[in-house]
Amino acid sequence: MEYKDYYKTLGVARDAGQDEIKRAYRKLARKYHPDVNKAADAEKHFKEIGEAYEVLKDPEKRTAYDHIGTRWQEGQEFRPPPDWNAGFEFSGGGFGDASGHYSDFFEELFGRAGMGSSFHGRRGGMRAKGEDHHAKIMINLEDSFTGAVQTITLQLTEVDATGRLVALPHTLNVRIPKGIMAGQSIRLARQGGQGMGGGPRGDLYIEVAFHPHPLFKPDKKDIYLELPITPWEAALGATVPVPTLDGRVEMKIPPGSQSGQKLRLKNRGLPGTTPGDQFVVLKVVVPRADSEAAREIYEKMAAVMPMNPRSALGV
Amino acid sequence: MAKKRDENYLFQPLTGMILDDQARLSLEELCEICGISAETIVDMIDEGLLEPQGRVPGEWRFRCYEVRRVQVALRLQQDLRVNLPGAALILDLLEELEELRRRL
Repeated sequence: MEYKDYYKTLGVARDAGQDEIKRAYRKLARKYHPDVNKAADAEKHFKEIGEAYEVLKDPEKRTAYDHIGTRWQEGQEFRPPPDWNAGFEFSGGGFGDASGHYSDFFEELFGRAGMGSSFHGRRGGMRAKGEDHHAKIMINLEDSFTGAVQTITLQLTEVDATGRLVALPHTLNVRIPKGIMAGQSIRLARQGGQGMGGGPRGDLYIEVAFHPHPLFKPDKKDIYLELPITPWEAALGATVPVPTLDGRVEMKIPPGSQSGQKLRLKNRGLPGTTPGDQFVVLKVVVPRADSEAAREIYEKMAAVMPMNPRSALGV
Repeated sequence: MAKKRDENYLFQPLTGMILDDQARLSLEELCEICGISAETIVDMIDEGLLEPQGRVPGEWRFRCYEVRRVQVALRLQQDLRVNLPGAALILDLLEELEELRRRL
């Protein structure tokens, strides 16, 4: 078990006053709250801060913690001295949150009865709905276009018959609804944490993200594709093949098209009651002048069609 | 036993509710999903945090993304001791931030 330096976690001195500890905690809690801070380790950080504050805000727990001594370093292997806490009595927080948010260090010192509220915690009671769980899955853009079934395995923390926390793999087959967009969540009722006292299970929320696609960039229901075309296709107009999520289609490029122009393929985006569109962004690719004949053509173009593409820039 | 359950899942994929803008929830459904009372929802409506369609509570229809607004507001209140107007402001700013990040 690793020693936790709660003073270091909150960035305060060991002789800091209660007010100072409270201010340090509030400031860090705002900074690392997982709803506000999108960094991957924000939730872990937030819990560590919460645990440190749980101990240091309570004069009894703080005195007991200080009693262990100052010779320990953060992360050092730690065994509590026997009867270290004799003479201290800890009152339970009364929340009874069985979700195992505290470190082994904390639980060894203060027991699971000392738990208070924490992120995702629920107000307790004799009978309570289980915790809602949140997970993320990565899917392919095509899965959203056609709909799919994806198998996911989550680690569920449950309390076994002896009251210990155990991690159980939980395998689910989840239907990916047609037309789901990145950032949307699927709610699976009663697939979350165990209820307490016969309460129902919590729900499971699965947030969807897309693997990067080699061709298509999604924006909500719309799909963007950059389409390379030749100068003559742009100037004269042409019908060219274009890949879509539904396969290849033919698209008309109007005469006089320019690089950067956006053409719309209606309803070729992600499906839905209002389906998205596919936007094709034209990119004119200029052939190299790598033969005498090609060079002559370019020189002829310069002579026949002189133009200043920078006139709008005033140069 | 556990194996048998997993096999069942293979044959019957779970179908969840997609939290998007198409589906609409009643007041009762929103309370059930978020595990809170109708009064709390009404407070959030008064604060402009939720904007259901419909004139009377029986006709209220909430958009699914409002589930997330409720959940975040509850966590902010519980974890950061923010009051309801503060939570509403944070939610608006967070959504603006997300929109800006998306456009980058």
